[in-house]
Amino acid sequence: MKENNNKNHNGNGQGEISGAEAVINILIAEGVDTIFGYPGGAIMPIYDNLMNVEDKITHVLTRHEQGAAHAAQGYAMVTGKPGVCLATSGPGATNLVTGIANAYLDSVPVVFITAQVVSTLIGTDAFQETDIIGVSMPVTKWNCQVKSADEIPEALSKAFYIATTGRPGPVLIDITKDAQIQKLNFIYSKCDYIRSYNPHIPLHMKEIESAAILINHASRPMIIAGHGVLISHAEEELLKFAEKTGIPVALTLLGLSAFPSSHRLYAGYLGMHGNYAPNVLTNQADLLIAIGMRFDDRVTGNLKKYAPDASVIHIDIDAAEINKNVRVDVAINNDAKEALYNLIPLVNQNSYEKWIREFRIYDKTEFDTVIKKDIKPESGEIKMGEVVKMISDLTKGDAVIVTDVGQNQMVTARYYRFSEPNTLVTSGGLGTMGFGLPASVGARLGSHKKNVITFLGDGGFQMTIQELGTIMQYNIGVKIVILNNSYLGMVRQWQDMFFSKRYASTEMVNPDFVAIAAAYRIPAKKVSERADLESSIKEMLATDGPYLLEVTVEKETNVMPMVQPGASVSEIKLTH
Amino acid sequence: MNQEYTLSVFSEDHIGILNQITIILTRRQINIDSITASESAVKGVHLITIVVRTTPEMVQKVVRQMEKVIDVLKVFAHTSEEIVYQEIALFKVSTKVMMSGTITDQVVRYHNGRLVEVTPEYMVIEKTGHKDEIIELLHFLEKHGILQFVRSGRVAITRQVKELNTYLKEMDSATRSKIPESTIYN
Ligand SMILES: Cc1ncc(C[n+]2csc(CCOP(=O)(O)OP(=O)(O)O)c2C)c(N)n1
Ligand SMILES: [Mg+2]
Repeated sequence: MKENNNKNHNGNGQGEISGAEAVINILIAEGVDTIFGYPGGAIMPIYDNLMNVEDKITHVLTRHEQGAAHAAQGYAMVTGKPGVCLATSGPGATNLVTGIANAYLDSVPVVFITAQVVSTLIGTDAFQETDIIGVSMPVTKWNCQVKSADEIPEALSKAFYIATTGRPGPVLIDITKDAQIQKLNFIYSKCDYIRSYNPHIPLHMKEIESAAILINHASRPMIIAGHGVLISHAEEELLKFAEKTGIPVALTLLGLSAFPSSHRLYAGYLGMHGNYAPNVLTNQADLLIAIGMRFDDRVTGNLKKYAPDASVIHIDIDAAEINKNVRVDVAINNDAKEALYNLIPLVNQNSYEKWIREFRIYDKTEFDTVIKKDIKPESGEIKMGEVVKMISDLTKGDAVIVTDVGQNQMVTARYYRFSEPNTLVTSGGLGTMGFGLPASVGARLGSHKKNVITFLGDGGFQMTIQELGTIMQYNIGVKIVILNNSYLGMVRQWQDMFFSKRYASTEMVNPDFVAIAAAYRIPAKKVSERADLESSIKEMLATDGPYLLEVTVEKETNVMPMVQPGASVSEIKLTH
Repeated sequence: MNQEYTLSVFSEDHIGILNQITIILTRRQINIDSITASESAVKGVHLITIVVRTTPEMVQKVVRQMEKVIDVLKVFAHTSEEIVYQEIALFKVSTKVMMSGTITDQVVRYHNGRLVEVTPEYMVIEKTGHKDEIIELLHFLEKHGILQFVRSGRVAITRQVKELNTYLKEMDSATRSKIPESTIYN
């Protein structure tokens, strides 16, 4: 669709169908079959029309708009399709903001449709009017207000195009109530061109050739891969590239599952609570090949002391990421799949046995000092690590894993062994507590896997606990694992390490979670003894439909290793 | 090292674009020295001219972040040598004061000011030039008393030979030549 050509629609509010019906027709034309949302006054015309297409579009009524936003994101992350989320004007729209920001920082395509008060009332502080365009501007890839029905097709076609192409992200369309009611002559064609936006960047072979030269001459190279690999479906190219060059592959949090964790070239998980070897050896590498990652501060630690001996090749589709945090030697501003596809023929078959052995030595140190105690404790209370490890072993990596934020998230990232792409749904950039439960609703609806398992902290669970109602109403078969330490564990860890153990407002008096699940008619069990753990997990995995397993875990324990704030990645501590 | 840059932001004529551009600068704590918005030589293309002081590295970062805004077509960052630029200032002064001595003469002859309105009570003087020339006139008039003063944002024309139209054509053909990717979502 070309810009400025919507004049073939009827602008005088007369025509065949209403704006609301047009919205529904467009969703169907864009291949949308599942949406998440919450109704209210201003969006009632759209909901009314949704009822006519119940056979084509499933609408999931969450218990809070934030839940709808996270669910849409969970759905998008496992399906690779855009998530769609509806909310009414005013409080409905503002309740989405955390979810929009979360999708923005993690580059997830979600089309948010909010309703707005009648166009003549805009700007008057009318009932349930908020300037959601202004509010969401810094956290959307694009947003747009629609004040008459004939603008709906163009706005929505652009929304889907922008959300899903280039570096994906959330978009928001705000549609006034009168635009939903007005009639238009409906013509729809998918957008494939916007003059000011070109997601299809031409490939420059010169950069690819320069990168190949650096790669062929490196002696201690390391690949650091992120979410961009999953977004561009470049997992196979990454595998081929690594196997041909023999270069070890480390992954960022959102890159987990982009490379099989059982592979001999897998170097581990990067970042503040990542593995020992890739963090330490980043500073000994002579070449970093960064693919679809953005050198987030949780990955780089102190930038001044980051990878001092390394040349850097950066493959990223977003030009604004290049030279943003780390100055690079070769920038390949392109889609990861296309870049790797063109790079593979130019690189030499190679192996770095001596260099890889160094990773294994650090791995062993980490295993002996940290991992063994985390996943195979002989005595004492249950540890988060052993729960995650057991579930990883019992599912053999064949599940979609969702997490909340905090210690539960870091432990899951460390000990779940991912084997297939797009099997982790977590909140990376924003670190949003309360993400896990609603995101698992979307992930469950989007995935064909037998098991969708969400690991939650006792704190984060209670931020969006009301979504148990959604799970009950639609019988959404997620397995909910509460790693209950009766603390805001990750904050307590920082208080322990950096605030003289002064536990200011981090201890939690929690309700009976099993009783709460029972009130929602969700089968549930609480485990406090190590001896009961395995059988309970097996019972959970064997249950059809939703299940809640609360595990009482060690209260005061810290996730290690840790790159402390301000420290370099090579100063990562194994104990404290 | 901080340096003065003139940013020329070419965009679709969309409500809200100014906001999207300025939040990029405010997030990075970059002060806006002056800002002007107008149409450009290309029909339908809007031009925002912003003067900032920042480092060469930072200016590159914000330019790329501005170009990432969907409705932005192209952003140029120029140092003062690379552009021809002007600002305009208006001064309102008391006629009685102006008529004493040689003040008016000096404003017109030495400072290249122009009288755009003269009434028995006040005069309005217009001065076009670079900021330092305007400031010089401001200091001169301050000594005699100024009733009102206003200075515009910078307007600038680039010395580069390649014009926006050429960029637009290149961008257009780059977008159209490629079949939409099926690999990325959808
Ligand atoms: C919405 C939100 N508020 C506050 C925080 C800061 N924060 C990060 S981790 C954490 C503690 C999480 O506690 P819990 O959910 O019990 O998980 P645990 O760390 O104990 O596994 C807090 C408060 C956050 N990330 N998100
Ligand atoms: Mg906790």
